[in-house]
Amino acid sequence: MEAMEFLRGVAADPHAYARKWKSSGGGRVVGYFCTYTPDELIRAAGCLPFRIFGSGGNMTRADAHLQSYSCSLVRGGLEEALSGRLDFLDATVFPHTCDSIQRLSDIWRLSACVPLHFDVVLPVKLNTASAGRYMVDVFKKFRSDLEGATGTGIDAEKISEEIRNSNRMKRILAGIYEARSADPLSISGGDVYSLIKSSMVMDRGEFIGLAEEVLAGLGPGASAGAGSLKRIVLAGGICSHPDVYSILERSGAHVVWDELCTGTRYFEGEISEKGDPVESLAARYMDRIVCPAKHSDIYARGKNIVRIARERKADGVIFILLKFCDPHAFDYPYMKESLDAGGIPSILLEIEEKLPPEGQLLTRLETFVSTL
Amino acid sequence: MADEKKTVDPEKEKRKIKSVRRMKEIMTAYYIDAKNAGKSGRKVAWITSGGPVEPLIAMDVIPVYPENHGAMIGASKMGAVLCAKAEETGYSRDLCSYARSDIGASLTNGGPIGGLPAPDFLVCCNNICGTVLKWYEVQARKYNVPLFFFDTPFIHTDFTEDARKYVRTQVDEYIGFLEQACGRKMDYGRMEEVGRLSVKAQRLWRDVLETCAHSPAPMTAFDAFFHLALIVTLRGTRVVVDYYTELLAELRDRIARGISMVPDEKYRLIWDNLPVWYKTKWLSDKFAEHHACLVADTYCSAWSGVLDLIDENNFLESMATAYPSIYINVSIDRMFVILKNMLVKYRADGLVMHSNRSCKPYSLGQYDLQKMVMKELGIPVLIIEADMVDERSFSESQIETRIDAFMEVLKQGR
Repeated sequence: MEAMEFLRGVAADPHAYARKWKSSGGGRVVGYFCTYTPDELIRAAGCLPFRIFGSGGNMTRADAHLQSYSCSLVRGGLEEALSGRLDFLDATVFPHTCDSIQRLSDIWRLSACVPLHFDVVLPVKLNTASAGRYMVDVFKKFRSDLEGATGTGIDAEKISEEIRNSNRMKRILAGIYEARSADPLSISGGDVYSLIKSSMVMDRGEFIGLAEEVLAGLGPGASAGAGSLKRIVLAGGICSHPDVYSILERSGAHVVWDELCTGTRYFEGEISEKGDPVESLAARYMDRIVCPAKHSDIYARGKNIVRIARERKADGVIFILLKFCDPHAFDYPYMKESLDAGGIPSILLEIEEKLPPEGQLLTRLETFVSTL
Repeated sequence: MADEKKTVDPEKEKRKIKSVRRMKEIMTAYYIDAKNAGKSGRKVAWITSGGPVEPLIAMDVIPVYPENHGAMIGASKMGAVLCAKAEETGYSRDLCSYARSDIGASLTNGGPIGGLPAPDFLVCCNNICGTVLKWYEVQARKYNVPLFFFDTPFIHTDFTEDARKYVRTQVDEYIGFLEQACGRKMDYGRMEEVGRLSVKAQRLWRDVLETCAHSPAPMTAFDAFFHLALIVTLRGTRVVVDYYTELLAELRDRIARGISMVPDEKYRLIWDNLPVWYKTKWLSDKFAEHHACLVADTYCSAWSGVLDLIDENNFLESMATAYPSIYINVSIDRMFVILKNMLVKYRADGLVMHSNRSCKPYSLGQYDLQKMVMKELGIPVLIIEADMVDERSFSESQIETRIDAFMEVLKQGR
């Protein structure tokens, strides 16, 4: 499938995509780390939002700014910027995420040499009316700051158009997830990873066209043996290690759903296409399944992971967490307890810049899968 | 925390701060009150160290501080054991050791005071970190009690009017929450009085700390770490004002009589970050050995750092600006301005930064601050890697070597 091949290429080298987009008259590229970034506003300003995923190792410059107890996303992201590999960025947006990214924003503003810097200090509390009003205020200010910085007016109709595009993208991704859940062999975990990752760095219209083709082309998998595969749900934050999927598949299991920031937490929950578009955007960020760095119903994530595991008939859940990610590490024991109470087995994989040696990881996963 | 020797050495006796005894009495009475809250019918609220305690005092709620508890656990050298208890239940060893040791203590009723009294409700303010939010969510689930979250947007470049309005609204929401939790209305007259006492205490605390601008300093930052407990826990009460009045008089008297804490003080240093609670005595002795006095620190001064933003006659209104503006809720460049003023004001010869594995908002950015201080002020900076409560993350020989080498640099600079 040509579309899938193209998306795999983007996921493997998103920088090349962004450079090409820019040099072919695209406009400004705006980097971001967190999916609470209102990317619809950035797109409405004619810019390309570009999610930064870290560098996958070889830290040389970031260590002069960050202690070894910062997570690999923060250190890796800074390494990318300081080494010049992100020199195509015109701006970076930091919506307040966590303690580490909060400080990364300062270091980035002072050292990363990206021309424009936006701190979009969102509320951390997402379950009160006053926080909702503040969220709207913050988005409105970001909109006018973007207008000022880019010299481009962002009118409501443009934002509404981007909201409609986002919803289309969300429906396509949900469709692909549903297809995989119904037939785990219809698409590989690595390809789903490539789809999600490229959706976060690509021109939306172009992505939608390609992802629609992928969805339309999904046929039944080589379903021989599908019945014996264990059904796995992934939980956690950002998963930027595609090898996990192939190793997991070799261990006799297949991911059927996830609760990742690079997954359902990113695309679930459509944005209202009625009313003021900025208020609709804010409402969606208030309502989405909460990131552990934010505060809402304190039982929501536990219930959600159990619900997902049951609905998806999962045999087990794999928590894939970045080492030194405090918000996730704090939620892990209670989420695991929720799963235990529901009789759903789980395992924790703590990931740094690089995955553990393949053999070791395979053995751990095989051991887990064999108990399911 | 405080130094107490069994054998009486007149020289050491002279240097001891006599108010310490009164302080211990107050803290003991406070914890007895808190532990007996069930009998007295008063409500107990757990609250974060940077949180708005004044409305609790006005509502006659007993504020209890898991962070102060963490500091006591650390000072009692019980950190590693209690942290390990939390780790056994799935909490990563990389998490904050205040949180781990508090969770460990609440699981086992362990620690120096047999665990904290159970809360009736929780008040969490994220002006110190996002970690407290996760920690309080854990405890809200464990004790099944209401949690009020006071959300103070971080200040990178500006504190916006939108953010101020959001925090101001939360002040009213907070009072509404307290009224519901306590089953009675706020007495705003009492609240005004508590606000005035809080400001008075913060001024006294600032004055106490500033006595160390004098050379030689009448106390060190290690003493300040001990005397800090009151401004954190009970500000807004009369007892804090009375205590710091007494302490300030004693320190001024020491200055008048030429009593310094470090014998023959030659080097004046500033400390950055939380104390290493289980090693304060060791560190204090180590620096004193080099005739170095830690004359100020960025941690203790955080509890008087926003005085300019508080209007004692309009306390609730000004809370909305003051609470988000404290030291670690601002950007590195804003922190540098405060740090620079401190280095100049105290005529510091060097800066010692504790890179604290437990505290990312305080520690990440220290490498940049180090470079700024060295570049703009030409002052040497030592960074020591440790942890505030978990003694497993302290390498004594390595840190000793680094301190000795740092002091050597200072001596050669003279």
